[in-house]
Amino acid sequence: MIKVENIVKRFGGLTAVDGCTLEVPAGSITAVIGPNGAGKTTLFSIIAGFLKPNEGRVLMDGEDITGMSPPQLFRKGLVRTFQIPHELPRMTVLENLMLVPEAQSGERLLSAWLSPGRVRREEREIRARAEEVLAFLSLYELRHELAGRLSGGQKKLLELGRTMMTEPRVVLLDEPAAGVNRTLLGKLTAAIRQLNEERGYTFVVIEHDMDMIAELCHPVIVMAQGKVLAEGSMDEIRRDPEVLEAYLGGAHA
Amino acid sequence: MDALLSYAVFFVSIAGIYAILSLALNVQWGLTGLFNIGIVAFVAVGAYTSVLLTVEPSATFDGGLGLPLPVGFVGAMVTSAVLAFFVGLITLNLRADYLAIATIGIAEIVRLFLKNEEWLTNGVRGVGGVPRPFAELGQVWMPVAQMLLVLVLLAVVFFLIERARRAPWGRVLRAIRENELTVLASGKTVKAFRLQAFVLGSAIMGLAGALWAHFVGFVSPEAFEPLQTTFLVWVMLIAGGSGNTKGAVLGAFIIWAIWSGSQFATDLLPPEMVTQAGALRMGLIGLLLVLVLLFRNEGLLSESDQRRGDLAREAREERRAG
Amino acid sequence: MAELLQLVVFGLVLGSILTLGAIGLSLTYGILKFAHFAHGDFMTLGAYFALSLVAMAHLPILLSIPIAALATILVALVADRLIYRRLRRTRPVILLIASVGVALILRSAVQIIWGPNVQVYSPGIQLPYVIPFGDGAIRIKPDHLIIMGGALILVSALHVFLQYTRVGKAMRAMSDNPDLARVTGIDTEKIVLWTWGIGIFLAAVGGIFAGMDAQLHPVVGWRLLLPVFAAAILGGIGRPYGAIAGGMTIGLAQELSTLVIDPSYKPAVSFAIMVLVLIFRPRGIFAGRST
Repeated sequence: MIKVENIVKRFGGLTAVDGCTLEVPAGSITAVIGPNGAGKTTLFSIIAGFLKPNEGRVLMDGEDITGMSPPQLFRKGLVRTFQIPHELPRMTVLENLMLVPEAQSGERLLSAWLSPGRVRREEREIRARAEEVLAFLSLYELRHELAGRLSGGQKKLLELGRTMMTEPRVVLLDEPAAGVNRTLLGKLTAAIRQLNEERGYTFVVIEHDMDMIAELCHPVIVMAQGKVLAEGSMDEIRRDPEVLEAYLGGAHA
Repeated sequence: MDALLSYAVFFVSIAGIYAILSLALNVQWGLTGLFNIGIVAFVAVGAYTSVLLTVEPSATFDGGLGLPLPVGFVGAMVTSAVLAFFVGLITLNLRADYLAIATIGIAEIVRLFLKNEEWLTNGVRGVGGVPRPFAELGQVWMPVAQMLLVLVLLAVVFFLIERARRAPWGRVLRAIRENELTVLASGKTVKAFRLQAFVLGSAIMGLAGALWAHFVGFVSPEAFEPLQTTFLVWVMLIAGGSGNTKGAVLGAFIIWAIWSGSQFATDLLPPEMVTQAGALRMGLIGLLLVLVLLFRNEGLLSESDQRRGDLAREAREERRAG
Repeated sequence: MAELLQLVVFGLVLGSILTLGAIGLSLTYGILKFAHFAHGDFMTLGAYFALSLVAMAHLPILLSIPIAALATILVALVADRLIYRRLRRTRPVILLIASVGVALILRSAVQIIWGPNVQVYSPGIQLPYVIPFGDGAIRIKPDHLIIMGGALILVSALHVFLQYTRVGKAMRAMSDNPDLARVTGIDTEKIVLWTWGIGIFLAAVGGIFAGMDAQLHPVVGWRLLLPVFAAAILGGIGRPYGAIAGGMTIGLAQELSTLVIDPSYKPAVSFAIMVLVLIFRPRGIFAGRST
């Protein structure tokens, strides 16, 4: 589905991603784990088109997508969430979601002016869909609240909600569980599995919550210092001495 | 006509033109977060375009085509829009503060151009004899008809902007203002929307410039100074409520009342102080700006007021539909 | 050839003035995180303070410079306490708008106190030194030497300050990475005060130099704001050393441009350079490697 080949990304003197190569199988829930500073989020940003790599390329279904803009990739069905929630603080929760669907005719000025009836019909549909997603995420009661007033965990759910407003093929989730309480976490895990099994979304998840990964993800890819260190099932990874070294070494440094 | 009444007509006409400017800035700043402090450039370009299209040909400069007024108005919007398009193309990906300084630069270049290209603009001497709309109605009714023209155009602009704001188009703009990355991650081409907002706002500024020129009957490079044309509009929008369409109009009328009131006040000054009146009023504008930011930075009608209004209206519509 | 060198001299003089403005602008931007649009009008204010000292107290201009600059700092600190500090927790762009308000207030005050007319520090014409060169001669006024020398001394002093004093190092750290600086226990309020102090001091001196170079009028600083911004952006905003290179480049480019374009469009040159930089090297030409 997604193939990353020899990606290198440097920021000034610092090499964040250093020749990373990995593959995300279609229909999988692939985890990317690793100590802080391993280059996971940078890699995500490169795959989703928010950063351009210095070297290497990214393929999606065999097509070279390196350097495409985020909107282009969005149209190809590749969406991402952000580690730090990027909600639209002074807009309502509902508006945050209603923004997302593509090809809304009301996004064109002329249609907005000349065919308000059609725009209103579309809006009703989009709104119904957004309310469905919010109900699913237990955020329905908060739909008219400003997104900036949500708690950290609720903002995380809103991030996930945004990806549910389209029919994506690949979803990149950057630490979806961080700051989410236990009850919601169960819901979140179930949601991801359901979307994966029933609608066939492929997920790539950066996560530190090992329980969640063990329950949900296969394969697991371990990154350290900008490179892929190991790959396999969670059990294999747990036994890998190199992985232990990377985590413990990271902790001591 | 009674002097007071004719002053009222004059007041409403000018305030109405400012309200159009304030609405235009609301599209750029209020909705999209584009920091344009070169409003004067688009107003001056609009004014000059319309004037040069509509005045009678002259021996001293090449402008002057003697075309009908509506052509002038449309021409004004088109020229300002084209200027905005090219300015936008190079500057709209910049951060707000860089865009701000870039628009100051554009204003400076437009001023230099109007001053130096005498073959086209008659240079510092300016252009007189600008045709006035409804001149055939005579001294008494012409100003009234002009006021109505301003109010009708204000209503049209208000209606169009308000409808666009409520539509998904306006939602994307506000989202861009809030967080550009989120909008990118939602698959929208941020730059195209920014450009639309910038061009639309600037075209409306051009229209306001044309209205003003035909109302006053004379244009010169000195007539367009940043203080009255750029900063006054900013104070109007911020005081009225940035992001709130009604607030933009309300702010224009209130601040214009204060501004023209300050003229009466400075007229009462002793003669040796009169030359300083302009300076005092400039200070007043600065002070108003700072005071609004310090004590009521959402403005008189805030954006959240508007949101509550929108929600209430949606609920009404739902009840009617359901 | 002499003509060219003459323009270079003018360019260096203008560059010195712009550099002094741009350093302050760059520092305020780096540390307070907003574009200070009143910077030009603080330059004006400094120039007029010096005018009062010269014209009324009959002090020599060289003695007036530091006194006027210190007085300007006081005004800036008052503006900071009354206005900027209260808005620091809001978005930077609100501070930017507020600084436009401050700019208008300052300009209005200057015009009310000192009048709207053009004024000079010393009436009469200064005789230039004439240096024969090739087929012509280069003329340098004594004031030009003061301007270039003064800028050189101030820039060197700033260098020593930034490199060798605790406060200076802290300022650089804060400009590079405010979060890190806060964690390492730098007293940010103190740094803010120093930033205003140094930035406005240099701006005021720049304003006085601008008045010495030509004349004083209430918009002298506002007119300089665009090229000063261009210089700061060219040098990579937030980087005082870049501002020096940026200021000199813009100064020289503006004067030398008269060889090829209509001099009445001279003010547009800095704008053109700025736009080009923003398109091709948005972090500035002299910004160096950024992390």
